[in-house]
Amino acid sequence: MTSIKIKNLNAYYGEKQVLKEINLDIGEKRVTAIIGPSGCGKSTLLRCINRMNDFIDIFRAEGEIDIDDKDIMQMDPVLLRKQVGMVFQKPNPFPKTIFENVAWGPKIHGTKDKSTLNKIVNNSLKQAALWDEVKGRLKDNALGLSGGQQQRLCIARALAVSPEVILLDEPCSALDPVSTAKIEDLIVALKKHYTIVIVTHNMQQAARVSDNTAFLLNGDLIEYSDTDTLFETPKDKRTEDYITGRFG
Amino acid sequence: MGRLKDAVIEKILLACALISILTMIGIVATLLFETINFFSEVSIASFLFDTKWTPLFKPAHYGILPLINGTLIITIGAAAVALPLGILTAIFLSEYASPKFRQVAKPVLEILAGVPTVVYGYFALTFITPLLRKAYPETNIFNAASASIVVGILILPMVASLSEDAIRAVPRSIREGAYALGATPFEVSTKVAVPAALSGILASFILALSRAIGETMAVTIAAGMMPRLTLNPLEGVQTMTAYIVQVSLGDTPRGTIGYQSIFAVAMVLFIMTLGMNIASQLIRQKYREAYV
Amino acid sequence: MDNVTARKRIGKVFWAMCLASTGIALIVLAMLLYDSITDGLPWLDLQFLSSFPSRIPARAGIKSALYGSIWMMAFTALISLPLGIGAALYLEEYEKESLLKRIIETNISNLAGVPSIVYGILGLALFVRTLRLERSILSGALTMTLLILPVIIISSQEAIRAVPKSIREASYALGASKWETTRHHVLTNALPGILTGSILALSRALGEAAPLIMIGALTFIAFTPQTPFDPFTVLPIQIFNWISRPQEEFRFLAAAGIIVLLIFLLSMNAVAIIIRNRYEKYSRW
Repeated sequence: MTSIKIKNLNAYYGEKQVLKEINLDIGEKRVTAIIGPSGCGKSTLLRCINRMNDFIDIFRAEGEIDIDDKDIMQMDPVLLRKQVGMVFQKPNPFPKTIFENVAWGPKIHGTKDKSTLNKIVNNSLKQAALWDEVKGRLKDNALGLSGGQQQRLCIARALAVSPEVILLDEPCSALDPVSTAKIEDLIVALKKHYTIVIVTHNMQQAARVSDNTAFLLNGDLIEYSDTDTLFETPKDKRTEDYITGRFG
Repeated sequence: MGRLKDAVIEKILLACALISILTMIGIVATLLFETINFFSEVSIASFLFDTKWTPLFKPAHYGILPLINGTLIITIGAAAVALPLGILTAIFLSEYASPKFRQVAKPVLEILAGVPTVVYGYFALTFITPLLRKAYPETNIFNAASASIVVGILILPMVASLSEDAIRAVPRSIREGAYALGATPFEVSTKVAVPAALSGILASFILALSRAIGETMAVTIAAGMMPRLTLNPLEGVQTMTAYIVQVSLGDTPRGTIGYQSIFAVAMVLFIMTLGMNIASQLIRQKYREAYV
Repeated sequence: MDNVTARKRIGKVFWAMCLASTGIALIVLAMLLYDSITDGLPWLDLQFLSSFPSRIPARAGIKSALYGSIWMMAFTALISLPLGIGAALYLEEYEKESLLKRIIETNISNLAGVPSIVYGILGLALFVRTLRLERSILSGALTMTLLILPVIIISSQEAIRAVPKSIREASYALGASKWETTRHHVLTNALPGILTGSILALSRALGEAAPLIMIGALTFIAFTPQTPFDPFTVLPIQIFNWISRPQEEFRFLAAAGIIVLLIFLLSMNAVAIIIRNRYEKYSRW
């Protein structure tokens, strides 16, 4: 149900155009990867989907992004972000307890009942494969967790407001290989329930976790297809150059 | 040759840096010396528990409680003015204000912080007290309420600017995390940014209150010279600082107990403010560790 | 279904509260200026500036206090600047991370929080009595120096720290000694920042009355000082003196004095801001 349709999207930082005529259909309950060299606009594209770019004064976007056939450009960003969760490049837990981190989202959205909150926290931590590691110390400060644990906590925090879409902005770039593997497993498990869009500079990661892959270069969408096709038989010369490591 | 010169210069610069240590030693030694003389005549118990302070007339009483009462009532009043206004101003400047607005508001706060305290005293006496007397006719010309309000205004810039620094130090990534969960700007600032900056804000509160305790001219002018044990803000009170001024305005010869008493009072003042400064530093150090 | 509308309404109310609080600071400043200017302006004339204090309000003026403040500022600057800059250079350039440095720095921030009146007591005991400098400009300037030294040191340290390491390395690479490097490169480049901070610290001293009352500056002074060993009065003390008189005319004199003091203060701040702006414009690394 929750498919995302991006139509004729153009985006600018001041005078500089950073996304050019992007048209992209993102399928529901699939993992879609966006790859490309740094500065190609992949993070900007991702942040358009939950309008995090609104905070940048000089940013401007034109075009349409439909989620369930509703244009998010016309939506209230607060409601939009409840529906579209996000996990950032560097783990950014709140300087609060583990419990408070996960319960914070549901609380601001109006869940007050203690036992409901407990249930949400438990489920979210389990879904994020963190429960077993933290169940005895939910009252500890989240900043005491390791980097990998913090990132899974941030995923649990995003899941707790029951979004339909989850955006992952290079979620493993600050993590060690073991933590990265855990998060990749988690992404594959989560697609049963959520539509996932992941930005990554790591092509192996895109190949491992995603169903579809989009390749961006200098703000242009060069190629978009299912992941196997894109990596094995790319149609565009530039895609081939990039995935074979000839540049970027 | 050059090496010798370098070594000499280093010693000279070291001497400059050591002046600060000597100053601290000088303050402690000066206060201690006359305070000991004072306590050879007045017992510590009557200093701490006697409820009257009349060292300059007969019968002389040396109970510091009325002075501490005066100081605290004004400090609490000032806190009631400065803490809420200061923190809200800090939130406005750090979370809501456009860069242009900040460019105007910050210098205004700086000017407010730089206005001499005699001017605040004048403002209290000629502007705030008449207003209070209109509202409450029983108000004394010299009263604690008026002094509290101006001392509050006087420490407001300090609370606002130090708290603003603390709130702005909360990393952007944490705010983004909250926005991404569908939080409104109000929720991000009050439920994430301010709690994360809490120890820095607390440190600024303590520092500002210690400033209020040591404030002299505004309270001397506005609150008067009458040591009283009272909680009524409309009456005049005398603070520790105002007493010290009162003695030095008169001609109290060295070696008398009146002269020594200002050192004992200053010692109490010094210990209170130093303790608060150290507490504020410790809290701030702890909060710096939180993000590193 | 969702509570977004209600949440946003709370946000609006809170925003308005924050804006109002910020506005209060501005309004108070305006009222304070208005209060003093309306009271004092009619009394502010050449006669006021060029007369000595008097028991008759119409003949009273601020000449001795104005001269006293100028003398005071000059001597405080003369003593505190070299000491403050010297201490800052030592802490930033000569002493590496060490226990001594930590002790000195902690001590400086503690000193910055000591009430000004306590410095007055130190000045009274040390300069007036022990060193027998009496109630002179020199006693006052030394007391004020101790009071503002922590502020000068802290702001000078910041300015020195802002000088990039590469400049020091370039100087050493040319065979310069430590002091040559410090004096020609670190100090020259940090000087605008040091001056800005120091002028602001001095302007704090300009408005201080309490420490000078302690050392006994509040006497009737009907002459201008000729040497640093002369007794003196300064603007804030003269203002305090007039505020303390019961007759209303003296209140107006106080207001006129406040205008003079604020003009003096604002011109010092203006100089500091001009230096800061120039510095920001021309030396961005």
